[in-house]
Amino acid sequence: MGRPRRTRQTPSQTVGPFFGMALGREGDEVLVDDDTPGERIRLEGRLLDGNGDPVEDGLVELWQADASGRYRHPLDDWDPPPSTGDARGFTGFGRCPTAFETGAWAFDTIRPGAVADPAGGMQAPHLNLVVQARGMLDALFTRVYLDDEPANEADRVLQSVPAERRATLVATRQDGDDPPTFVLDLHLQGPDETVFLDV
Amino acid sequence: MASDRVGSGDDVRRAHDDHPPFRYPDYKSTMARSPERDMVTVLRTLSERTGPGPAWSAVEDDDADLTTNAGTGGRAIGARIVVTGRVLDAHGAPVPDTLVEIWQANAAGRYTHWRETEYDAPLDPNFLGVGQCHTDADGIYEFLTIRPGPYPWGNHPNAWRPAHVHLSLLGPALGSRLVTQLYFAGDPMLELDPIYCSAPPHSRHRMLAHYDHDVSVENWATGWRFDIVLAGEHATPGERQDD
Repeated sequence: MGRPRRTRQTPSQTVGPFFGMALGREGDEVLVDDDTPGERIRLEGRLLDGNGDPVEDGLVELWQADASGRYRHPLDDWDPPPSTGDARGFTGFGRCPTAFETGAWAFDTIRPGAVADPAGGMQAPHLNLVVQARGMLDALFTRVYLDDEPANEADRVLQSVPAERRATLVATRQDGDDPPTFVLDLHLQGPDETVFLDV
Repeated sequence: MASDRVGSGDDVRRAHDDHPPFRYPDYKSTMARSPERDMVTVLRTLSERTGPGPAWSAVEDDDADLTTNAGTGGRAIGARIVVTGRVLDAHGAPVPDTLVEIWQANAAGRYTHWRETEYDAPLDPNFLGVGQCHTDADGIYEFLTIRPGPYPWGNHPNAWRPAHVHLSLLGPALGSRLVTQLYFAGDPMLELDPIYCSAPPHSRHRMLAHYDHDVSVENWATGWRFDIVLAGEHATPGERQDD
């Protein structure tokens, strides 16, 4: 069966330094409210450049499944609710501009459930990130796994990453925090460069 | 068949040769912010093939008139323009449920951002320069705004950004995420701009809005057409392949 010839894609351009006007709304880094089912977690880190300096004008976006491993999406048998506005609930999406002095970002969310792997079985619970910044001409995609998940050992995507770079995708649980905090710095360049995914 | 078109999705991945390179020396800020290692190619799963567009569109109100959305009761100063177009997937099919967010400088080339301090151009109290809308079932979006002015930046001596509107597209697939800039066809400053020129010559034209007389509104606003082609394909639930 013939396949349509691919249309040229519109080129990406940098978000520049002023995206916060539109994409930096306070509160979008909190995905949960009192009614959200699931285990509360905090995911945080810094966005760093190739010199190890903080990226002070970056944007980190999060997309994840809910506690039962379902995405809020028609492909996962979800239909948009008829009402709009106040009753946001859990959408699975969050945004956090990096802090100007430190490059820090953080999300208050829930531990995602496992999502099916089209190659068979289940994927380990993971959170999907999109990273952009002034000085980045295209978006970068990566995943965050949680270091207390035994399923990581069998996750096809994580295991396909060279072993010496795998740690760049795994957030570390901190002792004693409630709710638990997982930490992962994102490195755009350098010896600890984050593994970015071609999606 | 759906099964022919879903699966690994190699033909609808982000076509890196249509996009700028991460490292582009003429745009100095890219030098320390560009990855140097190879990306890892993944089989597209629900994590990549779903995205926040449908859910986010359900909770975000339209706010597509930038000439009045400052809420002051006054109108923004500048040449009113209608910007409209279709959002298409890599096969040319329309993409609904996409949140289109825009931000831009005012007619004088000034942003309402706290960081904008060097360029002594006037602010317009009736213009925020921020708007959003959703694509409809045919992938169509539309804004009413004012034509932005060019402004200087610090990349090199006497550097000016050509007039542009920033667009963010958040659609049904995370892998289709796109932030780009709309430029105006015929602008003589384009060829001097390293950000515009960072895109490969064969795809730069995709960033140009063209005057469209059919879009112009008599005695009100000139019309500009800007279609956007995303990576990925707009899969419907009937094409689901993951279970």
